[in-house]
Amino acid sequence: MQPAPTGPRRVVLAEDSVLLREGLVGVLGRFGHEVLAAVGDADALREAVATYEPDVVVTDVRMPPGFQDEGLRAAIALRAERPGLPVLVLSQYVQRSYAAELLDTGDGGGVGYLLKDRVGQVEQFVDAFTRVAEGGTVVDPEVVRQLLRRRRDPLERLTPREREVLSLVAEGRSNAAIAAELVVTEAAVGKHVGNILAKLDLPLTEGTHRRVLAVLAYLRA
Amino acid sequence: MQRDSMWAALRRRDYVRGTAPWRAAAYVTGGAFLGAPLLGVLAAGLATGVALSVVAVGLPLLALLALAGVPVGALERRRLRLVDPAPAPTPHRSPATPGLTAWLRLRAREQATWRELAYTVLMAFVLWPLDLAVAACTLALPFLLTAAPAHLALAGGPDGGGVRPAKLWLVEGYPAACGTAVLGVALLLVLLYPLGAYAAARAALARLLLAPREAEVQARLAEVTRSRARLVTAFEAERRRIERDLHDGAQQRLVALSMTLGLARLDADPEGPLAARLATAHAEADAVLAELRELIRGIHPQVLADYGLPAAAEDAADRSPVPVDTDIDLPRLPEPVESAAYFAVREALANVARHSGATRAAVHARYADGTLRLTVRDDGTGGADPARGTGLTGLADRLAVLDGTLTVTSPPGGPTALTLEIPCSPRPPDPVA
Repeated sequence: MQPAPTGPRRVVLAEDSVLLREGLVGVLGRFGHEVLAAVGDADALREAVATYEPDVVVTDVRMPPGFQDEGLRAAIALRAERPGLPVLVLSQYVQRSYAAELLDTGDGGGVGYLLKDRVGQVEQFVDAFTRVAEGGTVVDPEVVRQLLRRRRDPLERLTPREREVLSLVAEGRSNAAIAAELVVTEAAVGKHVGNILAKLDLPLTEGTHRRVLAVLAYLRA
Repeated sequence: MQRDSMWAALRRRDYVRGTAPWRAAAYVTGGAFLGAPLLGVLAAGLATGVALSVVAVGLPLLALLALAGVPVGALERRRLRLVDPAPAPTPHRSPATPGLTAWLRLRAREQATWRELAYTVLMAFVLWPLDLAVAACTLALPFLLTAAPAHLALAGGPDGGGVRPAKLWLVEGYPAACGTAVLGVALLLVLLYPLGAYAAARAALARLLLAPREAEVQARLAEVTRSRARLVTAFEAERRRIERDLHDGAQQRLVALSMTLGLARLDADPEGPLAARLATAHAEADAVLAELRELIRGIHPQVLADYGLPAAAEDAADRSPVPVDTDIDLPRLPEPVESAAYFAVREALANVARHSGATRAAVHARYADGTLRLTVRDDGTGGADPARGTGLTGLADRLAVLDGTLTVTSPPGGPTALTLEIPCSPRPPDPVA
C-alpha cells in the first residue's frame, strides 16, 4: 500500500478509555480525517483493519483483555501482514523497548511512537499523525531524550546545538521543521546535520526518513 | 535486662540479696494457690461429665475437659517467666481457617494439647500439694519463728504462759523469743536455697511439657516463612493494582483533560487573555502527567512485565546519572524473581549515584545452573555497609523470601560489588498470538 502524500486520511482507532477514544475521534475529525472505526481492544482493532482497509492505524499500547501490551502486539502484527501500513502507537511508557520493537517492523517507515501526553498538544499531534501517514518516522521527544542519555560518550563530541538538532532529527523532523523549531535557516540545519553525521560516522543520506532511521539505529545500538 | 535462670542465680554469691528468691517464692506459692481450685474444677467437671454421660450430654463436657490443658498451659507458660527468662512460646499452631470448629480440630490433633493435659492433671494432683508443702517448710516455718516476739506480745507477754511458734518449742520470755526470731531469719536464709532449687526443677518440668518441641518450632518456622512469602506476594500484587488504577484512572483522565485544554486553545482567540490562561493550565496539566508517569514507573514498571528484566534493567541504567554499562543476557524468569532483581538493580544504582562517588558502574547478569546471578559494581570509594542502609537490608529480606542471597563487597577505597543470586527456573514461554 503506497501512502498518499497529503489530504484527509481514513483512520482506524483503538483505545480502551472511552473518554480518550471520543477525544481522539474529535481531534482527528476536526482536522478533516475520517475515523472509520473506533474500537476498544486489540482483537477488534485487527478485525476493523481487515474490514475497513484504513490508510492509518492509531492504537493504544495497553488494552483489554490482558492489559499488557496487546495494542503494540497488534500493531506489529498488522505491520507484518500489511507492510507499509502507517501505524501510530500512543503509549504511556517512555521505555525504549516499546519504540524499538515498533521501529523494527518493515523498514521503519510509516511508524510513530508517541506518549499520550502529546495528544494534548493538538497541532503537534496532528502533525505527527500526518508525518506517519506520509510514511515518515516519528519518535516521542521524551524517548529520544532517553536514547541520548544512554549514548553518552560519542555524543560528548557534539556541540550543544548539534545535540539539539540530533534530538529533533531522531524525533523524525525534516530539515525545514527543524529550522522552524530552532528559528534558523534550513541551510544552517543542513550544515549541522552534516557535521553530526560525520562526527558519529554515519553515512550522509538523502531524504529525512532514511536519516531518521540511521540516527535511531545509532542511538539504539 | 536479661535475667539469670534460677540455676544460675542459685550459684551466685549474692543469691539471697537479689530478686531470684522472691520470684521463686512467688512461683511456688502461686502454684499452690492455683492448684487447689484447679483440682476442684477438674473434679467437678469430671464428676458432672461422668454422671451426665448416661444421657450423652456428658460426653461433650468430658471432651471439653480434655482441652482444659490449653488455658492452664497458657497461664503456666506466663508464670514460667518468673523463674525462667528463656522464652516459652505457645507450642500450638494458628488454625488456617477461622472458626471454632477449625480451632478445635487443630487442637485435638496437636500433641502439645495432650502434653498440656498431662501437665494439668499432674498439677492438680501432685504439683500443687508439693508446692504447698515446700512453701510451708521453706517460707511459713521461718516466718513463724521470726514472728515469735510478736506472737508472744499478742499472747499477753511473758506472763501469759508463753507460746509455741510453729508448735515446735515453748517460748516463755522475750530473750528466748528474740533468739527464736534470729534462728528464724537464719533458717530462712538457708532454706531459700532449697526453695530456689525446687522452683527451678518445677520450672524445668513445666518447660518440658508446655514449651514447643523441636518439630513444633520447625513447623512454626515453616509457617512464618510461608506467611512472609505470602506477604511479599500480596505486596507485589498491591503495587500492581495501584499501578493499574493510576494508569486506567488518573492518567487517562489527565490525558483527556490535556486534550480538552488543547482543543480549547485552538478555539480561543490567540491574542486574548483566555489563550494565555489556557496555555498555563495546559502546561500545568502536562507537568502533572509527566510526574504521574514517573510515579507509576517507580511503583511498578510495565516494561518489566512486558519485556522482562533485561529491558527493565537497561531502563534503570538509562536513568542513572552515573554512566552504566550493561551486559544482561537472561531468559524470562518467574515474576517475583524478575521483580526482586529489578528493584535490587534500581536500589544498587541509586546507591552508586548517592554515595559511591563512582564515575562508572556496570550491571552484569546471567542465568546458569538454575540460578540467576546479577552483579552491580562501580569504581567508587567503597565502604558501603549493608547494616547501615535500610535499602540493602530490605533487598536482602526480599531476596531471602526467594531463597536468594545478597553479597556486598565494599572495601574502603572501593570498588563496590553487589551480587545477588536467586535459584529459579525459567518461565515457560508465553503463548504468543
